[in-house]
Amino acid sequence: MSNIPQLLVHDHEDNVGVVVVEGLTAGTDMLCVVTHDNSSFKLKAEADVPIGHKIALKDIAEGDTAIKYGEDIGKFIGAVEKGGWVHTHNLKTKRW
Amino acid sequence: MSDKIMAYRRDNGRVGVRNHVIILPVDDISNAACEAVCNNIKGTMAIPHAYGRLQFGEDLETHFRTIIGTGANPNVAAVVVIGIEPGWTDKIVKGIEATGKPVFGISIEQKGDLETIRQASWKAKEFVLYASELQREECGMSELWVSTKCGESDTTTGLGSCPTVGNMYDKLLPEGIYGCFGETSEITGAEHLCKARAANEEVGERWYAMWKAYQDDVIFAHQTDDLSDSQPTKGNIEGGLTTIEEKALGNLEKIGRTSTYIDILEPAEAPAKGNGLYFMDSSSAAAECVTLMAAGGAVIHTFPTGQGNVVGNPIVPVIKITANPRTVRTMGEHVDVDVTGILTREKTIDEAGDDLIEMIRRTANGRNTAAEALGHREFSMTKLYRSA
Repeated sequence: MSNIPQLLVHDHEDNVGVVVVEGLTAGTDMLCVVTHDNSSFKLKAEADVPIGHKIALKDIAEGDTAIKYGEDIGKFIGAVEKGGWVHTHNLKTKRW
Repeated sequence: MSDKIMAYRRDNGRVGVRNHVIILPVDDISNAACEAVCNNIKGTMAIPHAYGRLQFGEDLETHFRTIIGTGANPNVAAVVVIGIEPGWTDKIVKGIEATGKPVFGISIEQKGDLETIRQASWKAKEFVLYASELQREECGMSELWVSTKCGESDTTTGLGSCPTVGNMYDKLLPEGIYGCFGETSEITGAEHLCKARAANEEVGERWYAMWKAYQDDVIFAHQTDDLSDSQPTKGNIEGGLTTIEEKALGNLEKIGRTSTYIDILEPAEAPAKGNGLYFMDSSSAAAECVTLMAAGGAVIHTFPTGQGNVVGNPIVPVIKITANPRTVRTMGEHVDVDVTGILTREKTIDEAGDDLIEMIRRTANGRNTAAEALGHREFSMTKLYRSA
């Protein structure tokens, strides 16, 4: 089981990844895989994050653009530390 | 993998994978008569719905296309049409008759429900006996019309189940199938990418004009807040999707890497430019969208889901695909194709695409989908605006 990733990232340009296991807890040294080329890296989770939710891959400032699939998915309305939980409390659409 | 299926070849040459005899109301007030006929005659299915009175213009045209298209679908062997009055009833009968299949129309005024039910039941019984003797015959997988729409999406749909459908299209569209995707509102955020996936610039410009009109005439004309409670939905947010842009990018994974769309369809419009992929201007609500695509002629629907949408359709088998292990664990009875292996990196998208193609083949041959076994027959008419 040790080679099953906890976090998947679509693209190398992305600054967020997706938790793909249930029950992820803060402090987990996550195996992260970039699906584009199956390359991997390690990242420590800084929060308990539910399956499907996102984690910041680097320190992010308010006003930064979130990148996923190599594309703009919205603007950060709050700062997030590397390994922190990203969702509606700190990320918002640019459309409405 | 066999490229042959055993299916029903209809008089108009189209291939169907089910053999329904349906009792189809023209309007809401004919539902009761249709349900009574269905109760009388075993092997029929009534398809009640909410509309069909006092509609006009484009909204009425959409209604007619949806009802006629449902009756004309190759998964339907024969149709009894019941309406309150003869004018619109006859219009629908004629539309379905063009396929060559048996159709009987009857209207209620000057008869009442009981006499209508009596006459319609006799005809429905004749149609059931007729349909029960039709045989499946060898047809090609390439003759299938396969639509797609995802629902209760989450971040796993963009990672797993939507790319699985995309991989299927990349493999089967070159073999000659018809494909159909849509969900106009849920392309918002990926419209630049969707426009670029048109087969040529002219189609891309028409697609963009259609999307922009929807955005301006529907969303911006009617919004009372910032839509954050509706798009993404509460279910999407629970599943980890934060913005409409993120949702749209996952959604668009359903058309794969190499597929391009060749035309834009009105809601419930049948494709007319030969085999290939089509975009249908359609609602993003599951039942409405599947209803429109079935009316457009799709005989199998592929439905990626993350959090677990349970939708089905009366006449078209809906194949559910999920990559979310929690959904498989908590509501596995709704799942036809489990692609959770994509998330654990034990299965490639290419292998998952093959799994889906195999499930399409088995479904075409007669395997019931989870939605069919669970009795999901959602039929939801698209209503464009208030009636006259």
